[in-house]
Amino acid sequence: MSILTASAAELSARLASGELSAREVAQAHLDQIEAVDDRVKAFLYVDGERALAAADAVDARRAAGEQLGPLAGIPLAMKDIFTMTGAPTTCGSRILEGWRPPYNSTITQKLIDAGVVVLGKTNMDEFAMGSSTENSGFFTTHNPWDNTRIPGGSGGGSAAALAAFEAPLAIGTDTGGSIRQPASVTGTVGVKPTYGGTSRYGVVAMASSLDTPGPCARSVLDAALLHSVMAGWDPRDSTSINAPVPDVVGAARSGDIAGMRIGVVTEFGGEGYQPGVEQRFREALAILEGLGAEIVEVSCPHFDYALAAYYLIMPSEVSSNLARFDAMRYGLRIGDDGQHSTEEVMNLTRGAGFGAEAKRRIIIGTYALSSGYYDAYYGSAQKVRTLITRDFDAAFGQVDVLVSPTTPTTAFTIGERVDDPLAMYKADLCTIPSNLAGNCAASIPCGLSPDDGLPVGFQVMAPPLADDRLYRVGAALERELASRWGGGLLDGLASSPAGAYLNVGGVR
Amino acid sequence: MSVDVLDYDEALAAFDPVLGLEVHVELNTASKMFCGCVNAFGAEPNTQTCPVCLGLPGSLPVVNGKAIESAIRIGLALNCSIAEWCRFARKNYFYPDMTKDFQTSQYDEPIAYDGWIDLDVDGETFRIEIERAHMEEDAGKLVHAGGSTGRIGDAAYSLVDYNRAGTPLVEIVTRPITGTGAKAPQVAKAYVSFLRDLMLSLGVSDVRMEQGSLRCDANVSLMPKGATEFGLRTETKNVNSLRSVERALTYEIQRQAAVLSSGGKVHQETRHWHEEGYTTPGRSKEQAEDYRYFPEPDLVPVAPSREWVEELRGTLPELPNLRRARLQGEWGFTDLELQDVVNAGALDLVAATVAAGASPQAARKWWTTELARRANETGVELAGLAITPAQVAELQALVDAGTVNDKLARQVIDGVLAGEGSPAAVVASRGLAVVSDAGALSAAVDAAIAANPDVAERIRAGKVQAAGALIGEVMKQMRGQADAGRVRELILAKLA
Amino acid sequence: MALTAADVARLGELARIRLTDEELAHLAPQLDVILASVARVTEVAGADVPPTSHALPLTNVFRDDVVIPSLPAEAVLAAAPAVEDGRFRVPRILGEEA
Repeated sequence: MSILTASAAELSARLASGELSAREVAQAHLDQIEAVDDRVKAFLYVDGERALAAADAVDARRAAGEQLGPLAGIPLAMKDIFTMTGAPTTCGSRILEGWRPPYNSTITQKLIDAGVVVLGKTNMDEFAMGSSTENSGFFTTHNPWDNTRIPGGSGGGSAAALAAFEAPLAIGTDTGGSIRQPASVTGTVGVKPTYGGTSRYGVVAMASSLDTPGPCARSVLDAALLHSVMAGWDPRDSTSINAPVPDVVGAARSGDIAGMRIGVVTEFGGEGYQPGVEQRFREALAILEGLGAEIVEVSCPHFDYALAAYYLIMPSEVSSNLARFDAMRYGLRIGDDGQHSTEEVMNLTRGAGFGAEAKRRIIIGTYALSSGYYDAYYGSAQKVRTLITRDFDAAFGQVDVLVSPTTPTTAFTIGERVDDPLAMYKADLCTIPSNLAGNCAASIPCGLSPDDGLPVGFQVMAPPLADDRLYRVGAALERELASRWGGGLLDGLASSPAGAYLNVGGVR
Repeated sequence: MSVDVLDYDEALAAFDPVLGLEVHVELNTASKMFCGCVNAFGAEPNTQTCPVCLGLPGSLPVVNGKAIESAIRIGLALNCSIAEWCRFARKNYFYPDMTKDFQTSQYDEPIAYDGWIDLDVDGETFRIEIERAHMEEDAGKLVHAGGSTGRIGDAAYSLVDYNRAGTPLVEIVTRPITGTGAKAPQVAKAYVSFLRDLMLSLGVSDVRMEQGSLRCDANVSLMPKGATEFGLRTETKNVNSLRSVERALTYEIQRQAAVLSSGGKVHQETRHWHEEGYTTPGRSKEQAEDYRYFPEPDLVPVAPSREWVEELRGTLPELPNLRRARLQGEWGFTDLELQDVVNAGALDLVAATVAAGASPQAARKWWTTELARRANETGVELAGLAITPAQVAELQALVDAGTVNDKLARQVIDGVLAGEGSPAAVVASRGLAVVSDAGALSAAVDAAIAANPDVAERIRAGKVQAAGALIGEVMKQMRGQADAGRVRELILAKLA
Repeated sequence: MALTAADVARLGELARIRLTDEELAHLAPQLDVILASVARVTEVAGADVPPTSHALPLTNVFRDDVVIPSLPAEAVLAAAPAVEDGRFRVPRILGEEA
């Protein structure tokens, strides 16, 4: 049976039974990276030696009779925004090229403690700013479904690694959709947990009040397994929630949605939405209804202002969070010739080290916070945030979950939106509200668009701390679709001509 | 330094000074404001830092609960209201000693606000209104290198030590202080001194100005007499001692007065105090800094319950005003006598001396006259003299016992200050005890009488005041080691 | 409220980013468009609506005043662009002394 197309859950069982060794599993994935990453370009950094050593350690512990957790020996691709000692963390930026952090993020440590085998760091839009990885300071990742198209962003590298079978698990961060939108356009599962449910300690900050680390996988159960390892209170993160992690694994295994009330957000559809995307969305709704859920329309009128509020709050926090990259203590330093002053060296370094999108957002944020403009811009945006939260509260008073397409279109082509920032921002229309309110949301693959054959994502949103509902609904949908398709969406890619280069076709 | 300064009295005749004092107190918590690094002075550079206080990418702050407690106690001691709900805010600006290029501070929601304290300066009481006391973190320490002065102006480069970054600070800001007139510099000094004593009694800081755990930025502006609008003010930094507070403000008042009197305008700017006795302007800025404050998203609001605040209020020591009133009553001092003691910075010393057995009046006398004079001469603070309250009490006991007189006592003090030991030891080693041998005394008196027949005649005639000259001679003869009162008795007896 | 290249240059100064003339020319209109579209937040941001700075209603998250070992100096200085005498070496500073 194939290692590469197996789910993490399956691999876990086969490792536990002794059928496979962690080393074999790690090696298979390292070989796959070697074979396809020239084309896919998901990884910024791969450390084969370290991965194999970690795998060997897991094998040794198992051989010694130790009881290991479900993710021990499972390979994982890590978005290059999480700190990890012994490896560079660049956040996709030239300004941090080569920086080796002296500490592990809390999540990195949890993964290591769980025996997860980190294969390497994945590509991303610079400092998580973007929806395509075209803003990476290094290169653009290619969508495994169609290498001329974007894999989504900012976490395109993690999603592409999953879709190219380079790893069964990945982690990312979601600030405005950076886990969910890539999941949607690559046919994978991506979850934004409740804000504060996963620790931000050691996760390079973009917009502190919005950033949420989360799990990425090819199946709902796999995402749940990863979610339950990642999540939990962290005393090092003041915004971390001190409450038990919801039973996401139980919900994923159950998938029983009979009697659940599902609200369709009126504002997420219509003009600007690709017809094929809307079609698959409606079909998925019909499936859920058939499984016993009640579907209602819900209006969240202030969601129309979410994009505007987000593109004020986020750049404001970004402009402050990215100030530390000043060439004084680490990272790039340009212009230190004995003549230039510190101020000039800061200017030159940041001018050279940041890409265009980063500069755009820093300037917008600087402006929005500046005296005289604070009330109209940042201040107003924070009020819109309140209104959006109220819309969610009202909606969740009527329904258990809200749903929408994850993003208005399928994967656009590389270069298509790079010169039109506003067009690029619209990819996050449906995902942003959940970040502003702090509730949880996930993207589940729901089919290929009839107009271009590219993956479509179905977004589920639930109230804060009700992350299990995402997995319950996601599992229900996934199960039903799998039975109709005879397998997962990505199995289709694996066995198609377009996915032949992935060399995993047909063997299940 | 050829900058015009107007004579102080002239300046005060034409202008009313308005003061504003910003004092930073470094808290003495065990660990830093937002991380567990040790909060201590003097270690090897960059050995007391971690991802959080270094502001490394991905790091997050967590508030030190003890720092909040100290800040609340400081606020209560300053008669402030304590916020029911407040937040930290980011103050954004770039500087190499700032690890995040923003300072986590408080902006429009300070933890304590609207307080006051009463200061006694030379018999006059001034009420200083406290606008706010808020929490913030300190930056690292810069050393300027490659130049000849160690100052920023001619440095070729700089070196940064981040040990101090993240140290908890409480910043206390006064409302504009008016009506101090010519006493403005003294009021400022008294205020800083008061805060220092208060922090020590609260136990929240070492408040050592020379180490930077108490810092003062002195703001002053001048209003022409009769005007209603404040003038433009300057802020003077690098004021590193109580004396400097007074001197720097005196200078600034004189300098600004000169500027204004000659028709010029005072520049609103930050100035640097030089111990040589003048201020110089900092680099002029084309525009005021825009700090782009916004609520700190990495921290959640601080909402001290009223129960907790009252619990903390119960931990406050007796506040200085109340303590002083109590002591004054216990000692039976007049207002003026107490004022003397407070002005000399001798309250605690007097109290300790009384506790060691001396009478309050005796303690007061020694500390505010003889010892204060010596402190002034040698340029140290009273508490820095090499004599303890217990030793002063011992000295007074020797005087009371007649072992030494006042004059001899001063020589004893010389010896104690020189490190020769306790008062009793000095008396013994220097042979300073009053001579009690009646024979020797009698002989000296006889000799003086014999040497001054006219004076003796006058005394016999009834002019007892004339005895003074004879007493003086006897004392000289005895090298001061005689009880003047006893000498007088003997003289009068012999000439009766 | 049109942003000129000079406005953008001033913002660049505030953000310590040296922007080339080309960038300035390019950025100003782009930022204008973005700002125009985000300005609609004022349409609904009424005076009676309280701002949200945090998604969660948490308060009073404190740590105990306990000392935890710091990083060793080598680890701290390892990534520094320049080091001298155990300190970070930075270029000469124009700004005034604190």
